[in-house]
Amino acid sequence: MTTLAQEVAIDTGDTAWMFVATALVLLMTPALGLFYAGLVRSKNTLNTFMMCIAAIAVALVTWAAVGYSLAFSEGGDLIGSLDYAFLNDVGFAPREGQTIPHLLFFAFQATFCIITTALIAGAVVERMRFSAFLVFATLWSIVVYSVLAYWGFGSGWLISGGTLDFAGGIAVEMASGFSALAAALVVGARKDYGRQALLPHNAVYVLVGAGLLWFGWFGFNGGSGFNTGQNSTLAFTNTLLTPACALITWFALDLIRGRTVTAIGAATAIIVGCVLITPAGGFIAPGWAMALGFAGALPCYALIAYRPRTRVDETLDVLAAHGLAGFTGILFIGFFASEAWNGISDGAFYGNFDQLVDQVLAAVAVPAYAFIATFILLKVIGAIMPLRVTEQEEAIGMDVTQHGEEAYVTGEGAILVTTEAGVDEKVPVAQP
Amino acid sequence: MKLVIGIVRPEKANDVLEALYRADVRGVSMSRVQGHGGELERVETYRGTTVKMGLSEKVRFEIAVSDDFVDPTVGALQTGGQTGDVGDGKIFVVPLEQAVRIRTGETDKGAVTPVEK
Repeated sequence: MTTLAQEVAIDTGDTAWMFVATALVLLMTPALGLFYAGLVRSKNTLNTFMMCIAAIAVALVTWAAVGYSLAFSEGGDLIGSLDYAFLNDVGFAPREGQTIPHLLFFAFQATFCIITTALIAGAVVERMRFSAFLVFATLWSIVVYSVLAYWGFGSGWLISGGTLDFAGGIAVEMASGFSALAAALVVGARKDYGRQALLPHNAVYVLVGAGLLWFGWFGFNGGSGFNTGQNSTLAFTNTLLTPACALITWFALDLIRGRTVTAIGAATAIIVGCVLITPAGGFIAPGWAMALGFAGALPCYALIAYRPRTRVDETLDVLAAHGLAGFTGILFIGFFASEAWNGISDGAFYGNFDQLVDQVLAAVAVPAYAFIATFILLKVIGAIMPLRVTEQEEAIGMDVTQHGEEAYVTGEGAILVTTEAGVDEKVPVAQP
Repeated sequence: MKLVIGIVRPEKANDVLEALYRADVRGVSMSRVQGHGGELERVETYRGTTVKMGLSEKVRFEIAVSDDFVDPTVGALQTGGQTGDVGDGKIFVVPLEQAVRIRTGETDKGAVTPVEK
């Protein structure tokens, strides 16, 4: 067992970088909140942002309690054990093969669980009850995330079988994207979807959010080698190259389709580019990373253009930007992984077809598990409590009905309620 | 010739526009206003400060129409704006002394009648 592994020295350089990387990845969740908040109508700004903040709260607690243990302790093919539950035995000594404290590794991985849980909110914004989302996020972070993290990062059947996934094409991107599709189907479309134009209320939030996400992604991809070695350097630099190339593809497609280059399209392209390189970051040559950006953006663009014509109100296109981009990145490794760059394995392009088979396995099994598990989970929660707000509450807006606050409050006509001044504590509350 | 003013809930503004379109009413202005129409105030809390919001967001439509169009316009505002709860708004019909179409200088009925294509 791991306790018998000989003492491996902590590397201070690696550890210092991983402190920074962990903080960078945590920043991605509020950045995602900003990105999502700009994409919804102004009356739902706070609720959308709060879903991301809520993910920090619930996913961190479930991660410390059982999630980390299920994902990163020794276990069978499908799931780990409870050896590390409540951080039992998670101390300062490094894990086998690592040079950073185990506790820091836990913290870094916790931020992944948080951002993944927050991502799914994009499918159900503007209509899902906040309390129902809290219950869903709590259970999803264990039932879906921990399992897929075990498959892709821990010691599950995919990683043991040779599937390559540098920073989370499996547990983060495909998991959130295909879960989002299931969530959108179970929760259902917004009441005005397809009838009225439901437009983003602040494109600047979307751009700032995308910029901060890209910034945080350097910790996400650059930290996923858990050191400052060659693979980390490669992933870090590729995180710069791929989104830039995805942007250029997006500009070209925007020009062909609508004769203008759109700002919200550009923000989306940054996300798509970052997701594309997430699984492949530390495994492919920089030239192929650029090709991945140029080519990988095509299917994602097509899905984003097509999805609003369907009746599936997967509102903020998590499936296209994360699920499909993660899927593309995972498969891309199978073709263009290069042992000369990653020191581990070649892809089919360099003659190793086995790698492609391993990647296809992940690209089939992970979406299937994420979709089915999320579908069942939400059906069960839906049988216990309503998943959606009423139509009237949806019309008034989620900020007022779910949080009793407004994002753009003016204060005009607001009357102070102070019990000390003798005003009745039980003020009449507007019945929705 | 009348000026029809309708004050409705913002979330019903699209339904009103749709109803007006179906009633063949063209030429509409709308603005965002804040108002109070007897509905219960909602309570909001910002850190330690709890407030009753006395004013709600409303949308105000202004539509100048010839006499034949008064009833269809009022009807469209009512069907489009109604939810059945207190706070749905009001419709006011006021006499209009004069109307001028700036582009052509047409006055009165000619000015408020949509251009035939």
